[in-house]
Amino acid sequence: MKPVLLVDFGSTNTKVTAVDVENCQILGTAAAYTTVETDINEGLHNALEIMEKTTGHLEFEERYACSSAAGGLKMISIGLVPELTAQASREASLGAGAKVWKTYSFNLTKGDMKEIEEYHPDIILLTGGTDGGNSECILYNAEMLSQLSYDCPIVIAGNRCAADECAEILKDRSISICENVMPRLGELNIEPTQKQIREIFLKRIVQGKGLSEASDLVSGIIMPTPSAMLTAMELLSDGWEDHRGIGELVGVDLGGATTDVYSIAEGNPANMATVMKGIQEPYAKRSVEGDIGMRYSVQGILEAAGDRKIAKLSGLNRQKIPQLVEYLASHTDYIPDNEEMEKLDFALACAAVETAVARHAGSLEQVYTPCGLTYLQSGKDLRRVKYVVVTGGALIHAKHTEEIASHALFDESAPGSLRPENAEILIDRKYILAAMGLLSQHYPAAALEIMKKEIAYYGHKE
Amino acid sequence: MDKKKLVIGVIGADVHAVGISILQHAFEDAGFDVTNLGVMVSQEEYISAAIETGADAILVSSLYGHGELDCRGLRDKCDEAGLKGILLYVGGNIVVGKQPFDEVEKRFKAMGFNRVFGPGTAPETTIAALYEDFGIKASEKE
Repeated sequence: MKPVLLVDFGSTNTKVTAVDVENCQILGTAAAYTTVETDINEGLHNALEIMEKTTGHLEFEERYACSSAAGGLKMISIGLVPELTAQASREASLGAGAKVWKTYSFNLTKGDMKEIEEYHPDIILLTGGTDGGNSECILYNAEMLSQLSYDCPIVIAGNRCAADECAEILKDRSISICENVMPRLGELNIEPTQKQIREIFLKRIVQGKGLSEASDLVSGIIMPTPSAMLTAMELLSDGWEDHRGIGELVGVDLGGATTDVYSIAEGNPANMATVMKGIQEPYAKRSVEGDIGMRYSVQGILEAAGDRKIAKLSGLNRQKIPQLVEYLASHTDYIPDNEEMEKLDFALACAAVETAVARHAGSLEQVYTPCGLTYLQSGKDLRRVKYVVVTGGALIHAKHTEEIASHALFDESAPGSLRPENAEILIDRKYILAAMGLLSQHYPAAALEIMKKEIAYYGHKE
Repeated sequence: MDKKKLVIGVIGADVHAVGISILQHAFEDAGFDVTNLGVMVSQEEYISAAIETGADAILVSSLYGHGELDCRGLRDKCDEAGLKGILLYVGGNIVVGKQPFDEVEKRFKAMGFNRVFGPGTAPETTIAALYEDFGIKASEKE
């Protein structure tokens, strides 16, 4: 037996997972409140204590951690045209596991700068222009950023012809230069930037947030939690060397404040008669809905879905819903204790999953042209994806998880929304995905094996 | 010298996909840096692409007869988006039916296009016009 400890310092809970990498087994899991204000080790010790009640004492040979505590990795991204480089820089930041507070386009104003100062991001991603394209905008914005009052790390990943000049303007700052996130129009190149963001996260952010105190206990916090999630889903989908993955998948992480959706899929058009619009989207894509969450952002669910829909899903009276939702928003640690609230939570979860996945997935529009009927696709076509993986406390502890998760699927009443048509729903019951993303950095084969066993129970079927 | 940058595409609801690829190759061979937006391109897409790539000209193709409607207001939007004075060309079967070309040309020039090309224009004609408008001499061509 070779026990390895995996820790996820979340904003609310510190979750620990113990695995035996030799036998590809989960030894135990537990969670306790995160204690970032005092000493982060406290929460970790508490969680370990709870776990060791069931597992007995374990001598861990290795320890790894990810973190989304202390606000996570706070970023802002800057591009030129909203639907082009600004979008590309947003995708790059999200995929690196960041919390993207805002994406700016065109020239930054004094008002924007004031906002940025107040938000105090951990990293700024500065892009704009294709290679050889526009350089005025990125240079102007570099000039603006040179006036920032604190030394915020800036990743420059725009028009390569402007990179040297940007570096000159920002020479007194902590900068790193990466390949353009959009070297040619519509073409994404976000991996180099994501790698850089992760490096900065390791070197600077972890220490700056009082998380480094954990480093004597853990071999180090090696990634932001969403990045660990995305890594786990990629591994589960693609496999590792001779070990096969389960193929293309969509992941949904329903939380109290936000809902994250992941897709590991090409998403190409289904047929020749479809014309693609907009920029190419990443194969491993993460989107975050900041207005969709079960408690802090519960009003957003109601706004997106409408009270009629929530009434229909819950069977509750439409007039009553706004008042009940308001109660949830102001009691963020409330757990339903009666039938009415259970029904409401169920309906809200269904609507949250549907809204978040619909926003993540691409859309198809019928257009009647003088040349006949054609289809316009924007975003990824996920209809042929075979698995939907659901995770997050609000989902896995719910009573009707599968039913809620089925709202991620294609809906005949909205045929333009390209969600999975015939996908099997897989539930991350032990809440191990982030831990497996961490484990995969050193033991990819074991991480894959455990995920297949625990999430896909795929081993039994093959 | 730096390559001049062109943004090309087929405007509106037009799905004629072959010609625009031929044009892309012809323009690239003639020494231009080409961004091909493909078919069913909206005015906004031309403009966004031109801003991001720092384009020197937008070349609009239309093959299905509705070009006149599709092209209306493109120059104004370019001005609005800060692409003041960008070179605008249009070409193809840009109007309905067989109309006298000089009248068609006049109408499109009034819309703000610098050059208007009728049906059956060879790529060489357009390339020659680009060289002329950019002031590229024969000796500088690649």
